Amino acid sequence: MHSFEFIRAADQAAAIATAAQSKTAEQGADVRFLGGGTTLIDLMKLNVETPARVLDINRLPLDKIETTSDGGLRIGAMARNSDLANHARVQKDYSVLSQAILQGASAQIRNMATVGGNLLQRTRCVYFRDTAMACNKREPGSGCPAITGRNRTLAILGASEHCIATNPSDMCVALAVLEATVHIQGTKSLRAVAFGDFHLLPGNTPHRETVLEPGDLITHITLPPLAGSKQIYLKLRDRASYEFALASAAVVLTIASGKITRAHIALGGVGTKPWRSPEAEAALAGKPANDSTYLQAAEAALRQAKPQSENKFKIELAKRCLTHALRMAAAS
Amino acid sequence: MATSQQSTSSPIGRDTLRIDGPRKVTGLAKYASDFHFPGMLYAVPVEATIANGKLLTLNTAAAEKMPGVRAVLHRGNIGKIFRSTPAPGFYRICLERRPPFEDDTIRYWGQYIALAVADTFEAAKAAADAIRATYSKEKPNVESHLEPQNDPGVILAAYGPVERLQSHRGDAGAAFDGAAVKLDETYGTPAETHNPLELHSTVALWDGPTLTLYDSTQGVVNLRSVLAQMFGLPKENVRVISKFLGSGFGGKLYPWTHVSLAAAAARQLGKPVKLVVSRKMMFQSVGHRARTQQRVRLGASRDGKLVSLQHDYIYHMSMLDAYHEDCGEATPFHYSVPNLRVSFGRARRNIGATADMRGPGAVPGLYATESAMNELAERLKMDPVQFRILNEPKLDESLNLPFSSRHYVECLNLGAEKFGWSKRNPAVGSMKRDGLTLGWGMAGAAWVAGTFAAEANLQLRDDGTARIACATQDIGTGTYTILAQLASHKTGVPLEKVDVELGDSALPDGPISGGSLATSSVIPAVFKAADQAIASLLIIAVTTPGSPFLGHKPDDLALEGGRVFVKTEGPALGVAFADLLQGANVRLVSGTGSAEMTAFAPNQKFSKHSFGCHFVEVTWQPETARLRVSRVMTVMDAGRILNPLAGRNQIQGAVVMGIGMALFEATSYDPQNGAPINSNLADYMMTVNADAPPIDVHFLDYPDKEINELGARGIGEIGLAGIAAAITSAVHHATGVYVRELPVKIEDLIA
Repeated sequence: MHSFEFIRAADQAAAIATAAQSKTAEQGADVRFLGGGTTLIDLMKLNVETPARVLDINRLPLDKIETTSDGGLRIGAMARNSDLANHARVQKDYSVLSQAILQGASAQIRNMATVGGNLLQRTRCVYFRDTAMACNKREPGSGCPAITGRNRTLAILGASEHCIATNPSDMCVALAVLEATVHIQGTKSLRAVAFGDFHLLPGNTPHRETVLEPGDLITHITLPPLAGSKQIYLKLRDRASYEFALASAAVVLTIASGKITRAHIALGGVGTKPWRSPEAEAALAGKPANDSTYLQAAEAALRQAKPQSENKFKIELAKRCLTHALRMAAAS
Repeated sequence: MATSQQSTSSPIGRDTLRIDGPRKVTGLAKYASDFHFPGMLYAVPVEATIANGKLLTLNTAAAEKMPGVRAVLHRGNIGKIFRSTPAPGFYRICLERRPPFEDDTIRYWGQYIALAVADTFEAAKAAADAIRATYSKEKPNVESHLEPQNDPGVILAAYGPVERLQSHRGDAGAAFDGAAVKLDETYGTPAETHNPLELHSTVALWDGPTLTLYDSTQGVVNLRSVLAQMFGLPKENVRVISKFLGSGFGGKLYPWTHVSLAAAAARQLGKPVKLVVSRKMMFQSVGHRARTQQRVRLGASRDGKLVSLQHDYIYHMSMLDAYHEDCGEATPFHYSVPNLRVSFGRARRNIGATADMRGPGAVPGLYATESAMNELAERLKMDPVQFRILNEPKLDESLNLPFSSRHYVECLNLGAEKFGWSKRNPAVGSMKRDGLTLGWGMAGAAWVAGTFAAEANLQLRDDGTARIACATQDIGTGTYTILAQLASHKTGVPLEKVDVELGDSALPDGPISGGSLATSSVIPAVFKAADQAIASLLIIAVTTPGSPFLGHKPDDLALEGGRVFVKTEGPALGVAFADLLQGANVRLVSGTGSAEMTAFAPNQKFSKHSFGCHFVEVTWQPETARLRVSRVMTVMDAGRILNPLAGRNQIQGAVVMGIGMALFEATSYDPQNGAPINSNLADYMMTVNADAPPIDVHFLDYPDKEINELGARGIGEIGLAGIAAAITSAVHHATGVYVRELPVKIEDLIA
């Protein structure tokens, strides 16, 4: 771990002003906000993150979870994952979010991890996390040994020839189907970014993972009102707990008279970002709620998938995951 | 001659809480890295970031200038570290003999190339990270497919010479060719890494020519002998202390290179030095279980009698060392078969040294042979339990010796009954519950029994307490408690009044905590020590003026329940030994006992092993490719169980580890650079609590009197033997897929 300066932000404006001095908000940032620290401190110990200044924002008043005027939900960026998962409104109206969070990490980590931090969770690719290895995400242009190396857990959707790292978040997969909006206070203005636009595909800039610029502070997330839907988050992994998804599916389904009137679908553990699937949604909309429809949706969701050398099975696994999640949602 | 009798209040065979439990849960128990000394420095090794090649340059300039840094040590300035060498007998064992920094050749990823020493751990780590090395690099060989290298018929392995044709009788090849029903399959097990909770740690202090090491070791006596040789010292100048261990699983049996690095740094800088190996380094430089590839050929008659067994295995090993992964350990005696051949080959790789890991050899070996037994039973359309019973031997057919105590068939029958095996429908995928497909499988287990050499000292003191001392260790398995039980059993001193001293090479030489032999090894030594101490006590009883026993001969007297009495009068008229000692103005009497090694010795009269079996249920949900172990029934024939509470705990822990062996654990090497790439507790998957099912454990509890007076064998390892074969058989029963390359992965089941 490198030496760093530890600062506590007096208020939001001061935090933003300090962070704006960073050359970048992406890999290599010299100022980092500290939320729960469950990703940042870990990566600092590995020398993957080497900020000169760590800016503690834990005392900023950004941890409220409250109903919005339109009946949706406003979630403060500093709300802890466990508080969000166990919030009564979330359990009642956005249960896919609660399910997703509670299937991730451990109770201790969820108690620390913040919502804003979870949006910025970094990949678990072993090459990214080891500074002895080349990695285009960590050191642009150095190469991607994962492509010819150990890539069993890596992405089959959204990868590029420069990076195949999986986004590991469970929470983000649920936020994708809930059509969340990320609210970001920058040095100049407060912007609202649709969830699907927040994370970037690796392309030839895998070190750029989000739209954040220096000084940008995620203040909160909003969820539109959503009632009367069936929601499921199904996570498949090697062991029963404390393990990232090999494949997961978030499903929000509305069924009327045996027909699917609305479907929001996203996949986790398989994409370089939380993977919303308009293809699957199109395959479901207006169709009868039965296995044949679900299988077609799963086929559609994975049609563009390109396996790595060790993870062809993830295509079949993701299909089974989505099909079964749809079955579970319909039966719920 | 004084004799002692078993007290009716003996704690032997009773569920006994750990006497060291309160110290552990209150934080009083000090592990190696908990020791601090004035002026102590911290050392962090620098790891090679190639797996094959030469170290060309080492740039330490920036690191040396960093705040708090005392030195950067390397080949040029570490000072002399000599080689340790093999010795006859089970003595001075070290699985990586090359002293650190001895040459510039890099043979595995993570080999230490330098050592940063600083005032704080943080400063030392920062300095280690700032050291830059250049290399000439060659492609490393970490290939998992193994082909045997050219080896002579007899190889010199870490524990001594081994014949590559390990065991043979009859004509296995011809009998196989002529067999009515055959099986010829190859089973693979991956490299596995020991992951005890406690990291390897050493604190080294010099006082003139004497060296003291606080070390997380499973063998203080062995470590003393190795380090004495490496620093050119008489052994009395080296003291090794290991009071508590956060387990070791075999990885801490013998010293690794960081121990001599810490000692050399402390010598060089004239200060105590602490070195804690990181979790990542534990995947590189402190041993691992070898990858194995095992071809098993079985032949049987149509009615299920084995006619031929061939077990030919290959394992990987490091470039320099010679650890023998003895997969054939249990094969020659486990079943009755007239024609048998067990042989092995080896393949060197650019990896760190291989080492003992819980149930070394026999655990991967029995995975292969027990899997083959299950697969052949299926071809024979026989129940696998009945198939095993049909091939039960009358004696050890490889040695032509009777078994000292073998109740394998009783294990199988009892396990089957308790599990409900008779309800098994053998058709694949035929059993269902709650929408899940069930798979039932079983397998047998065996593990060697015997004793290591051991010495112990027992004191009886005038306050009614006893002290038992032995330079063995408690690696978390309950040795403190066992020693107290043994002392209490012989003297009648209640457990809470027995002080146990262990984990210090200054005490009488004790056994390593390995081979599941520690308990069985200390029994004869402790009992002889107790007899000697009691004999001294009885002399005092018959000679001290004012003693009620004046005029008796020592032989007339006995000690039971803490009281000395005339045998013909009974203990009711006895005197507390504390009163006798006080009356004689004697603080304590003491006795020392020792016993020779009997394990692995030639010319034995009996074949000594423990036996057991596992019955396993898995659940399988094909819709989600979700496989879970849902229940395990284990029966063990492991001699007399001294502490059933600790014993069950041992077996349950081993079964949990076996679930990991079957379904999760594998050290994965990067094919290009040779690094163990999943070198952390998130990416190296082990069983978590949510994966651990209800585990029932039953002990047959037959004393094995050929082992020691109490008939106790050992139970540290046998619980892990066979469990993986039982699980893969259950997986096959549920899914129709027979996985022969561990661990079983989702992709094996949905291909």
